[in-house]
Order: sequence, then structure tokens, then C-alpha cells
Amino acid sequence: MNPHRRSPLVIVSTVLVYFFLYAPVVVLFLFAFNSSKTNVLFEGFITQVGPTEIVSGNVIRSPCGAFHWFCELARNVEVRNAARNTLTIAFVSTITSTIIGTLAAIALQRYSFRLKTFSEVSLYIPIVIPEIVMGIGILVLFSQLFTLLNNTLSLSGDSQLTLGLGTVIVSHIAFSIPFVTLVVRARLHGFDKAIEEASMDLGANEIITFWRVTLPSIMPGVLSGALLAFTLSLDDFVITFFTTGPGASTLPIYVYGLLRRIVTPQVNALSAVWISIVLVVVFFTQRLQSRQM
Amino acid sequence: MNEFCVELRDVVKRFPTPEGSEVFAVDHVTMQIKNGEFFSMLGPSGCGKTTSLRMVAGFEWPTVGEVYIEGEAMGRRPPYLRPVNTVFQSYALFPHMSVAENVAYGLEMEKTPKYEIKRRVGEILEMVKLSGMERRKPRQLSGGQQQRVALARALVKHPKVLLLDEPLGALDLKLRKEMQLELKALQQEVGITFVYVTHDQEEALTMSDRIAVMDHGRVLQIGAPVEIYERPNSRFVADFIGETNFLSGEARAIEEDRVTVYIPSLKDELVGAKAAPVNVGDQVVVSMRPEKIRLASDRALPQNCFSGIVLNTAYIGSDTRVIVDLGGAPLAVWEQNKISTLDPEAYYAPGEQVWVVVLPENALVLQDV
Ligand SMILES: Nc1ncnc2c1ncn2[C@@H]1O[C@H](COP(=O)(O)OP(=O)(O)OP(=O)(O)O)[C@@H](O)[C@H]1O
Ligand SMILES: [Mg+2]
Repeated sequence: MNPHRRSPLVIVSTVLVYFFLYAPVVVLFLFAFNSSKTNVLFEGFITQVGPTEIVSGNVIRSPCGAFHWFCELARNVEVRNAARNTLTIAFVSTITSTIIGTLAAIALQRYSFRLKTFSEVSLYIPIVIPEIVMGIGILVLFSQLFTLLNNTLSLSGDSQLTLGLGTVIVSHIAFSIPFVTLVVRARLHGFDKAIEEASMDLGANEIITFWRVTLPSIMPGVLSGALLAFTLSLDDFVITFFTTGPGASTLPIYVYGLLRRIVTPQVNALSAVWISIVLVVVFFTQRLQSRQM
Repeated sequence: MNEFCVELRDVVKRFPTPEGSEVFAVDHVTMQIKNGEFFSMLGPSGCGKTTSLRMVAGFEWPTVGEVYIEGEAMGRRPPYLRPVNTVFQSYALFPHMSVAENVAYGLEMEKTPKYEIKRRVGEILEMVKLSGMERRKPRQLSGGQQQRVALARALVKHPKVLLLDEPLGALDLKLRKEMQLELKALQQEVGITFVYVTHDQEEALTMSDRIAVMDHGRVLQIGAPVEIYERPNSRFVADFIGETNFLSGEARAIEEDRVTVYIPSLKDELVGAKAAPVNVGDQVVVSMRPEKIRLASDRALPQNCFSGIVLNTAYIGSDTRVIVDLGGAPLAVWEQNKISTLDPEAYYAPGEQVWVVVLPENALVLQDV
């Protein structure tokens, strides 16, 4: 028997895995070009370009042609707000959690202190506990805290502390830190402390050593951690759902709201754009990382 | 200028152990290293060589005592403010920097002008025979080449003292021998004081001007290679440097620098040279190097002549290495093959009765500790 012949089982399971991974994406992309407004069945592409004309729920003609739903999307103010919120939250929380998470990883690697094991374990617990529990916990914490502060400082009206962009950002930072720390620690594991000593021996103080030697050599880990934090923040639904407030809707929250009403192909167009952006980001980060080291 | 480039004055370094007690990594060490000297610290694993070196570099601070560089007390001065540079055993090259960037790093820290950095990096890379490799990353170099980069990176700063912690430890034997010669030549060329750590006695003997032999955190003897080899001051040093035979006995009489020792296993007396302070009645050992013992077919001298039986022999070209059963214990004797002959009679054979002869000046009497 030829040892290199693949068993049919392997082939079938491979095909199935790829089918279930990517078929939804393909369908999602396809339906973004659907001419049917209700988007239940695929009724064909929008073929004509010109002033919009809708016949019995089907778009016949559009100024944007096949990209009708993308144009609708671009005109949608709510989507733009949600996208802006999502990116703001993602950037701020990624940068903050990457800095804190990296420093935590370095501290855990370098120093031994009392309660070290405890702080390690307690750092990783948020990764394993269900997100919904975290979400409810954060919500309860914020509302209690805000009530207390609003009462004691007798704040009223606009100056009252409420849920909103700020609370979402804080909670995203909180849940991203353990992931960053985990990834950076893996990178630090094989770190040769002697190169820091070499740097100091050659005349660099602790701060220069950190910037010129320590950080560059763990940079791939830091970048991976940041990417992970960024994607986690971009597509987080559960925790955002509990901590968001009026005017601070994110894309996942907005899409969820749309789905409860009608599923127009706009949702698909939005998702298609979103997936494309994420793919590009992941692609470039991978490239960047394989170039380093 | 100060006479001593580096000085350790009664330095102690204790480390806490996880069990809660303390370990004396360095135990009351005093060393004075002269300007321009190639000074080695030699000793078995764990004897405190690296710790001593790290205290000079500034990575550790003495628990007690003081390190002086150029006569200046270092106290708790950090490594980046000390006029010394280190070549690490693991080389510790910066993995994300090229060879040229690695070497330039130390000069950039001194704010040396760009053109000057370029010139000095080029010069030093030529000196260590790495020209043309400026743009490579450390991982694209062989072990020997990485070693040279580490050397260049430290030397380019023109330190007062270069500290080297087993810099050749990771190289294979042949490359190691080559690098020993190169390193020694380099040291003479640049005229910088080298403090060299090794556990290889041959390396220390061939390269050093002076050697400090260490054990258990203490310095046992400091001296030129010839002093260390020919006049070891203790059983440990005699044993650690080169090969030797020991006979235990009791000092019976002392006359100037001659000691008469009664050797129970031989039921005879042996006259040796007093190489360490001993008193009559002390338990002592006599150290005899195998190349300094003669074999004879009959009793050649009235004293220091003992009967033995050849156990086995090994012909190794320049020498014949003979093991003699002397009073129940094996004794190694290296007979130089001074005459070219195929006659088996000229060499020794197992079972042969021989006389072992040792001159008093070749039998060193040491304290048995
Ligand atoms: N940071 C430390 N913490 C605790 N003990 C240490 C520390 N550094 C060294 N020691 C102990 O001090 C002693 C001397 O160590 P050192 O590294 O100086 O030995 P060495 O002579 O360089 O040995 P080797 O030839 O194996 O490198 C050893 O017993 C070692 O276990
Ligand atoms: Mg060592």
C-alpha cells in the first residue's frame, strides 16, 4: 500500500472543515449583492445603472449598480457612527491594554514577589470565565459605582456619570490585558537576560536598555498581543452589550439591532466590508511578524 | 596611574538560598590585578569565578568588602558607569541588530560622532577578521564568528579592563585552541588588562600572566603559571593543575626546606621539599608529578628509592606512560622516550620489577587537608 495515499476520511473531513469555515463567508458576500430587499432568497445581481427603481421588493436599477447596498451603507449615518465608535474603542483599548499587558508580562517574568502565583492565576481567570458573567459583573460594578458617585458628589443632568463610550473602553481594556500578557509571556520565555546585562555593560542605562534591547526583542510577541486585543475588541458583543450606553453603539450592537427588525442586504454589505478590513489587517501583521526575527 | 587596574579587597558575596539559608559564592577574596596583565581565574564549577567577575562588572554588589578599579572604590556603581566591558559566555549579542549595529551600540551610548563610530567599527571588525560581515544578523554567523563579534563589541569601547567569562566554552576543541592563541595575541596588541575566567587549566596555563586558583569561593593561590604548576601551595592546587601522584604520610623531621616523611604504605621514609608550612608530626601528602619520577632497574640511590611492580604501560609516542604498583597503590610515571628503538627491552612490561626514584626537589610536601 502506498503510505502517501490519503485516506478518504482525511479528505472528507478536510473538505467539511473548510466548507463550514468558509461557506458562510462566501454566502455572506454573495447576499451583499442581492437584488432582493428582503434578502431571503438570492434573486440575482442588480444589473442596471441609473436612478433607483424598485419593483415588488426587488431593486432593478441603482446609481451604484451591483454595489447598491454598499452605497446605501455609506449613506447610513448610524452605521458611520457605530463604525467610528468601534474603531475608537478598538484603538484606545488595544494601545492601553498592550502597554499594561506587556509591562505585567515583564514584571511576572523578571521579579519574584509575594503572591506572585496568586496574581498570575487571577490574571488568567477572566479568560476562562464566561463572557456573560464578566459582562453582568462589569455592569453591576459600574452602575453601583456611578450611583454612589453621582449621589455623593450630587451630580445631576449632563454631568452625571453614565454608561457610554468610556465604560466600554474600560471594560475592553480589562478583558484584553490577560490575552496580551499571555502572548507576551510566551515570547519572554526564551528571553536571554544576558542581553540586557550586555546593554548596560556597554553604557546604556535601564531605560535605554528597555527601549533599545528588551522591547525590540519581544516586539513580535507584543504585536501579536496587540492584534489579538484589537480583533477581540472589534467583534466583542457580550461585554459591550452590557456596558454601552446611548450614542455609544458599536457595529456588532448595531447589526444585532438591525437583525431584530429586517435583514436587508445592507447588513451583508457591512459584514463584507468588515471581514475584508480584518483580513487585510491580519495579513499585514503576519507579514510584519515573519519579517522580524 | 594606579599600580593595580582591578583590586578585590576582602570581598564576600552571599546569596540567599530558597531553603532560607545562605551560600557563600565568594568568601573573603583578595586579588590585585596589574595594568596590562592577562589574569585568569581558574577553578572547578561553582567555585565563584563568575560571581567575582560580575562584581567587577557591576552586575552584583559585594555583601562585604570592596572592588576597586584604577584605585577607585566602585561601591554600588551600576555597570554602565564602570570603565570595564564584558564578553559573555553566551555572547549575548543583540539578536535584532546586525554585526555592525551590535559593535556600534557601545559607542552610540558614549555619543561618539557618526563618522568616528563608522571608522572604529570598521577597524575593530578588521582586527577580529570579520570585515564584510557587517550587515549579517548574529544568527547568520557561526559560533566562532559570534564570539568575535562579542569581543569586538567590548573592545571597541577601549575599556580599561576586559572581563571574559569562559568566552571559548562553547567552541569545539580545534577552534578553541586557535582562538586561545588569537586572544592572547590580541591582548598583547591592544595592551588592555584581561580578566579571564575558565575552568580549563591548560587554557589558563598557556594564556595567562598570572592565575588565581579558586575553590569553594576562596582563592587558594595566585601566581604565574610556572609557580602554580611547579610550586602548588596546597593539595587542591597540585591536584587541579596538571596530573600528580599523592602519597600520604607523617612529617618526621624538618631541616630547612627538606622534610622527611614516613609513608606507612611503603613502610619507608621519603625526603621531599617543603612547599607549604608543615610541622613535625603533621599529617602531610607528598605530591609527585608523573613526568618528574624516574624508573630504574636497580636501586640507584640510598634514599627516595622504592621497589614496585609495573601494572600496565601505554606507549603514546613521546612518552611511555607506566602505572606502577607502589605499596598497594597505583603510581603514574611518564618516561620520556629519548632513544629511538624497536627493542621491546627498552620499554617496560607488566609484571616487571622496577625501582621508583624521585629527587627530593620533585617531591612536594603539602598539608593534608
Ligand atoms: N544569583 C544567584 N543566586 C543564588 N546563588 C547563586 C547565584 N549566583 C551564583 N550562585 C551560587 O554561587 C556559587 C558560585 O557560582 P558561580 O556562578 O560564581 O560559579 P562559577 O565558578 O562561575 O562556576 P561555573 O564554572 O559552573 O560557571 C554557586 O554555588 C552558585 O550556585
Ligand atoms: Mg561561571
